Amino acid sequence: MRLGLRLRRRDLVCQQVVELVTDYLEGALPEAERRRFERHLAGCPHCTEYLAQMRATIELAGRVTPDDLTPQMQDEFIELYRQWQAEPGPEGD
Amino acid sequence: MDDDTDLLQRLRAGDEQAFVVLVRRHHDAMIRLASSFVPSRAVAEEVVQDTWMGVLRGIGSFEGRSSFRTWLFRILVNRARTAGARERRSVAIGDAGPAVDQSRFDQAGAWVAPPQQWIEDIDDRLRAGKMAHRIRSAIEDLPSRQREVVTLRDVEGLSSDEVCHVLEITDGNQRVLLHRGRSRVRQVLETEFGRA
Repeated sequence: MRLGLRLRRRDLVCQQVVELVTDYLEGALPEAERRRFERHLAGCPHCTEYLAQMRATIELAGRVTPDDLTPQMQDEFIELYRQWQAEPGPEGD
Repeated sequence: MDDDTDLLQRLRAGDEQAFVVLVRRHHDAMIRLASSFVPSRAVAEEVVQDTWMGVLRGIGSFEGRSSFRTWLFRILVNRARTAGARERRSVAIGDAGPAVDQSRFDQAGAWVAPPQQWIEDIDDRLRAGKMAHRIRSAIEDLPSRQREVVTLRDVEGLSSDEVCHVLEITDGNQRVLLHRGRSRVRQVLETEFGRA
């Protein structure tokens, strides 16, 4: 009657789960593997936290704000554009 | 954010300002991507300028079958590779071994040092600002191939297909590099901001 508590051979352990997180988020896990992954999560708060942190990491990376052009660089690009416009040929009219 | 299509039309019509807006929009990502292939910031800047000249000269032949950004990054990577003369390594995809430190698990593979909490702080503007700053340098510190993939996927928001196309790597390699890169960046955030 304690059979249900025994670790099933095909159950994933935490160390495997963390290595599968990206495949999981990418939708690249085969169906059976995905189910095992989710079954583990359902019983493991640490791996659930880990997955949430990976999602948060991705979200934060998306918030990285780009450096703007310096006025000097901007001038250089305008110069580049004018140089191209002055070129002969079909593209440089 | 309006996409590049409108700007491209204006650019084709000879609108200098449209060019400046396009350059501005992509410059930082281009510099970071180019830096991954060449030895210095100065060379990266040359590669970026060279890329834009190539874009202007080729604008008539851009058919819009891929997104402009994918096309742009592809040209950039080709030029950066040439400039950096970096040999293409198709098999080596970074360091071997697990992406998460083995010492955090016991013999059976269960956590002994579970992840420390930090994601609640994202809602705090000040803390989130610090995190965004830290994540930027964490990405810069990644091994180059991981940095390329993480930058394109997570900072620039390209799809996996687009990244594979830009970097000429397989989907499987893309995922491995992404996994290693993201795992490292997450670890940096945990180390810096985590509370037991």
